[in-house]
Amino acid sequence: MILQSVKMALEAIGSNKIRSFLTMLGIIIGVIALVVLVSLVSSATTTITDEVASLGTNLLYVSVLDDKGSPLRLEELDTFAEHDEIASVAPFAQFAATAKNGYTEKNCTIYGTSAAFEGIRGLKLEHGRFLRTVDVDSSSYVAVLTHDAATDLFGRTDAVGEKLSLNGRRFLVIGVLEEEKNNMSAMLGGSVAAYVPYTVAMRMSDAISNVTTFYASATNTTTMEYAEEAMHAMLLRRFRQDEDAFFLFNQSAVMDAMDTINDILSYVLGSIAAISLLVGGIGIMNIMLVSVTERTKEIGIRKAIGASRGSIMMQFLIEALVISLVGCVIGIVASWLLIELATALADGVIVFRLSPGVVGVAVAFSSAIGLLFGLYPANKAAKKHPIEALRYEG
Amino acid sequence: MDAMIQLRDISKIYHVGGQEVRALDKASLTIQKGEFVSIIGPSGSGKSTLMNIMGCLDVADSGEYILDGQSIEQYSELELARIRNRKIGFVFQGFNLLPRLTAEANVELPLIYQRVPLAERRKRVQEALERVELYDRRKHKPAELSGGQQQRVVIARALVTRPSLLLADEPTGNLDSKTGEDIMRLFHELHQSGNTIVLITHDSSVAAQAQRQVRILDGHVYEEEGA
Repeated sequence: MILQSVKMALEAIGSNKIRSFLTMLGIIIGVIALVVLVSLVSSATTTITDEVASLGTNLLYVSVLDDKGSPLRLEELDTFAEHDEIASVAPFAQFAATAKNGYTEKNCTIYGTSAAFEGIRGLKLEHGRFLRTVDVDSSSYVAVLTHDAATDLFGRTDAVGEKLSLNGRRFLVIGVLEEEKNNMSAMLGGSVAAYVPYTVAMRMSDAISNVTTFYASATNTTTMEYAEEAMHAMLLRRFRQDEDAFFLFNQSAVMDAMDTINDILSYVLGSIAAISLLVGGIGIMNIMLVSVTERTKEIGIRKAIGASRGSIMMQFLIEALVISLVGCVIGIVASWLLIELATALADGVIVFRLSPGVVGVAVAFSSAIGLLFGLYPANKAAKKHPIEALRYEG
Repeated sequence: MDAMIQLRDISKIYHVGGQEVRALDKASLTIQKGEFVSIIGPSGSGKSTLMNIMGCLDVADSGEYILDGQSIEQYSELELARIRNRKIGFVFQGFNLLPRLTAEANVELPLIYQRVPLAERRKRVQEALERVELYDRRKHKPAELSGGQQQRVVIARALVTRPSLLLADEPTGNLDSKTGEDIMRLFHELHQSGNTIVLITHDSSVAAQAQRQVRILDGHVYEEEGA
């Protein structure tokens, strides 16, 4: 019976294609609005979250604002790392320098840090090795170049064993990092950069005498909050209970914030789109009412040959449902095309994806709207008296 | 012989503009199984009301109606729909085919409402269309068929459920006399093969072709003998 009703509905919809399409248009636009907006927002935030995550989710950033006359010494960092919740700690300082290889000269950012930085930031090496504790302890003049620095200065990435000069001091290249694909970290630091032992950085720059900035990682990503608390407690103790002496920042807090923003935007945009779907539903009801009146005779005939109220009701209800679902499918296909287009226009910066969740919501919402707004016209059709309906000449 | 239709003291009263109109006033009529009866009367005589009640499209205000041994009184809409579907085959003056459906689909419709399985439906639709000699035009829509052909499709639709009663309301009213004769011949054939037929008309020459004639006037039913 349902199958027959679907067949009848398709016939009825097909017999008046333009009107059916115009009726569907409301649903189509509503679905496009819903699916495209929510998909774009969630793709964009996912991209940003991924970029933030690739900087390391397991990351605490500490900046000393006021050392109260007793600056943080490099050796002290090791005591922080001894805490159970903290896996490792790496000092961090940066300054601008000129890098030279023969006659090739480049502006270059120099990062002073320690061996632990590799693990904390999740750096990947293309050639050679990263800084070691030995290099820091003995203040060796060794450097790890970024991919861009190596290609700019040496014209190739396999520059391990080469010599270069940074601000006039000669360094041995011990490693080259992989190319940075992450837009955000490229933004944070210049892409032409060299990592040198922190002790060497202190010698090269007058501004760096002690530790003012360092990174720490937690022993476990899931216990970031504990690590943050532990670090906070240790810093308070170190800086005489002065909250304002330092700035502690938890990377995963950014991620949580992004997730919240994503949720809020999805709900707000989704609700706006849902309103346009509702308007589409009213359009369906309007046309269904016209259709019921136009087909009064048909209803009379069907009732005369034995259609019950239920069958007539079912027929019109399914017709409304089919209109809204066909509209929904067209809307989803159109959304998919638009999202592909957006991805092409974004040129690889952001990959937009049709969010499966919102497609499900669109289908469910369209069905509900079809049924809800089909109910009144269908009931009106079912209630028609067979004799009067048969007499109707439209 | 068993009675197919027993109407006893059937009354139907309409209220039009505060006035009481007795469309049927204690009308009684008995039709036997296999009979071919014509009901003749001018417009406004109450024959449409009688047909609506016999066809279970409406219920009487008072009186008793027994169709094929089943008492039709105060039935719910759903039960009336079921009876129309299974026991009654309608043939209307205005054909009343669904214009969007093919002849075949129109004939199939009552069986769909009966929830007859597909294979059985196909078989019975073919039988019914062959009976009215229109099987070769089964894929045509009503608009592509002549008036006589459309009326034969209607008859096939009425026959397909193997109803107890074939109820025809002015079946030749919209047809030229030649086609009308063809349709009447078909009714005779159906009568010969055992169908109970009630034909409602205002045309005495059409009514005269039936086995028995019943006259209706001002809501009263009179038997016409030896016509």
